[in-house]
Amino acid sequence: MEITGAEIVCESLLKEGVDVMFGLPGGAVLPLYGVLSGYPGIRHVLVRHEQAAIMAADGYARATGRVGVCTATSGPGATNLVTGIAGAMMDSIPVVIITGQVPRAAIGRDAFQETDVTGITLPITKHSYLVMQAEDIAPAIKEAFHIARTGRPGPVLVDIPKDVLLDERAEFVWPDQVNLPGYSPPGEAAPDQIARAAELINQAQRPVIFAGHGVLISHAYEELAQLAEKAQIPVAPTLLGIGSFPTDHYLNMGMSGMHGWAHSSLAIDEADLLISLGMRFDDRITGRIKDFAPNAKIVHVDVDPSEIDKNVRATAPVVGNVKQVLRQLLPLVESNVHMDWLRRVDALRSEHPPMLIRQTDGLLPQFVLRSLTEATQGRAIIVTGVGQHQMWAAQFCAFAEPNTLITSGGLGSMGYEVPGALGAKMGRPDKTVWSIAGDGGFQMTMCDLATAVENNIDVKFAIFNNGSLGMVHQWQDLFYDKDYFATVYSGNPDFVKLAEAYGIPGVRVTAKDQVAGAIQQAMETPGPAVIDFIVTPEENVYPMIPAGESVNEMMEEPIPESIE
Amino acid sequence: MNPNEEHHTLVALVEDRPGVLTRIASMFRRRGFNIASLAVGKSEQPGLSRMTFVVTGDEDTVSQVTKQLDKLIEVIRVSNISSEEMVARELALVKVRATADSRAEIIQIVNLFRAGIVDVGAQSMVIEVTGEEDKISALHDLLEPFGIIEMLRTGVVAMVRGQSNGRVNDDVGSAAELTQLKTIGEKR
Repeated sequence: MEITGAEIVCESLLKEGVDVMFGLPGGAVLPLYGVLSGYPGIRHVLVRHEQAAIMAADGYARATGRVGVCTATSGPGATNLVTGIAGAMMDSIPVVIITGQVPRAAIGRDAFQETDVTGITLPITKHSYLVMQAEDIAPAIKEAFHIARTGRPGPVLVDIPKDVLLDERAEFVWPDQVNLPGYSPPGEAAPDQIARAAELINQAQRPVIFAGHGVLISHAYEELAQLAEKAQIPVAPTLLGIGSFPTDHYLNMGMSGMHGWAHSSLAIDEADLLISLGMRFDDRITGRIKDFAPNAKIVHVDVDPSEIDKNVRATAPVVGNVKQVLRQLLPLVESNVHMDWLRRVDALRSEHPPMLIRQTDGLLPQFVLRSLTEATQGRAIIVTGVGQHQMWAAQFCAFAEPNTLITSGGLGSMGYEVPGALGAKMGRPDKTVWSIAGDGGFQMTMCDLATAVENNIDVKFAIFNNGSLGMVHQWQDLFYDKDYFATVYSGNPDFVKLAEAYGIPGVRVTAKDQVAGAIQQAMETPGPAVIDFIVTPEENVYPMIPAGESVNEMMEEPIPESIE
Repeated sequence: MNPNEEHHTLVALVEDRPGVLTRIASMFRRRGFNIASLAVGKSEQPGLSRMTFVVTGDEDTVSQVTKQLDKLIEVIRVSNISSEEMVARELALVKVRATADSRAEIIQIVNLFRAGIVDVGAQSMVIEVTGEEDKISALHDLLEPFGIIEMLRTGVVAMVRGQSNGRVNDDVGSAAELTQLKTIGEKR
């Protein structure tokens, strides 16, 4: 039986096991919305802004490891997705985006709400399709999901003209397999690469494991723990690798780099081998490349061959899926104790103690985050925005399970914290989800509080309200002569009243002794809740390695006389 | 130019679909790679095109270019054939000012280069020449004093000599792969 293009889209989504999609309708995509109500298996979450649709799909994907799906109409609907698509590309997140396009006959004529969305998103998608016939929809969607989730994951966009959705009919034929001769993601690594990597690991005196996002993507947490424990190698997770290795594990040094713990960055500086698993040597990790880990050889494991030798030269490149590579590698790695090296790392930790919170009268954000971790026992999903609160969350929250820190790392999109958290909660309704927001980022996407209310998405929003764009303020403080131009928000709304306007319980917290109670209260209240934490302004994130500098230029806070 | 920067010749087999060239050009622009020349045309297999790139850069850059190209879904394979024994050819059309006085001399140069005259006008001639880049440049230099009105070069197309079908450091395409490629060709 022939069905319409829009029905083929829905049938294809069901074949891919899609149970939720985020979107906002408009003219060109309306034929799809015209049939969606006939597919109750696909829950559609209506958002207030398309940016929330893509970021919620992204949060869903990060929390579940499954492909997130969103939809938008042509023109402004599609362009509103751009920031979220770029974020998913930078952080290798599997998302499939379905956009409506103007009818075929109108393409290229500057029709109402026409935009070349495949063109605009070309450099920020893993792949994209402009589907010009109904019979091509099913193969395109099957390929899109396959490309999005395999190898190094990423966003794939499928743009479909309105008349292909509405007027064209075709048989629904779900292909048995994809036909992509130019696409074959690596699995196992070549034996000679594994042998060389094992040799370097067995010879190393001062090895460090860099645990990146690839560990989480490939579900290699157990293999990572086996490697670290077998050879007693300290682990430095990257921002996106946090959660791949339990925060409280004795070999976990914590994040290194620009705002990483000092002892972790210093250990990397002294290391003679970096075992880099599914990470890409971002400039926030390396600082000035020529001074980065000057004594270290590098084993670089990545599923994307183009990451090898892109930023740093690998002594032993290993192209493959991290989990499969670790399984190949483990039998060849000799047990070791690295006694001297672990003692040295301990000494560095004692000289530069992490996790200290100085005693103050005011409310420090670090204090709030520690209380939050105590209340959730490190088992909540923490979704952050971008800036100071993000770095403090990476430093002070504990993560006991994989995929529990969800954050816009590579692109660094403020505003991710609201829709990202909605998506994460939709994907993991069994988990407590906290949105850790800055007052700046929250105001970029807070319109989607309405989405939380409408769909009863039980996210707890903690606003870290310092009345400023804190991280930019910090850079002005340290590098721009304290010229605080355009970083102070003097006209913020009353976030408690704002929450109430949405029908969400809200509370303001201004003192330390109110923190634990407010967190408890929020978690005991069913449905979304907002806490407006009025935190000490002018607090800076330390340690800090200034952009483009090295660990030698690291700024640290003096060890406080009295700590919380 | 950096002394380590050299010309490298890459050959890619790609799916012949709308947007492929845009994807490739976009990748070069975004990553800051330089294309000295690019030639595209049908390959021996229906549905697939073969592209020849001449890229400037050091070894590391060219290695990145190769990997980034290979990462594109519609690029089936890429080979850097710079160090191989290859045949590299370019075609140029040169419109040169030619008066009754100079015509004989120009014809002499054209014959010397085994080039051809494809159009003669009262005041000009169009010369067609095929060969390696150096030969075309040499002809250009000799014709320049007469006055070049217009010139068009296709960019280099290149092929490895001998049995190989463009896959370097690899087996000649397996029978299974060739069958798969033929299937795509027939589908499109």
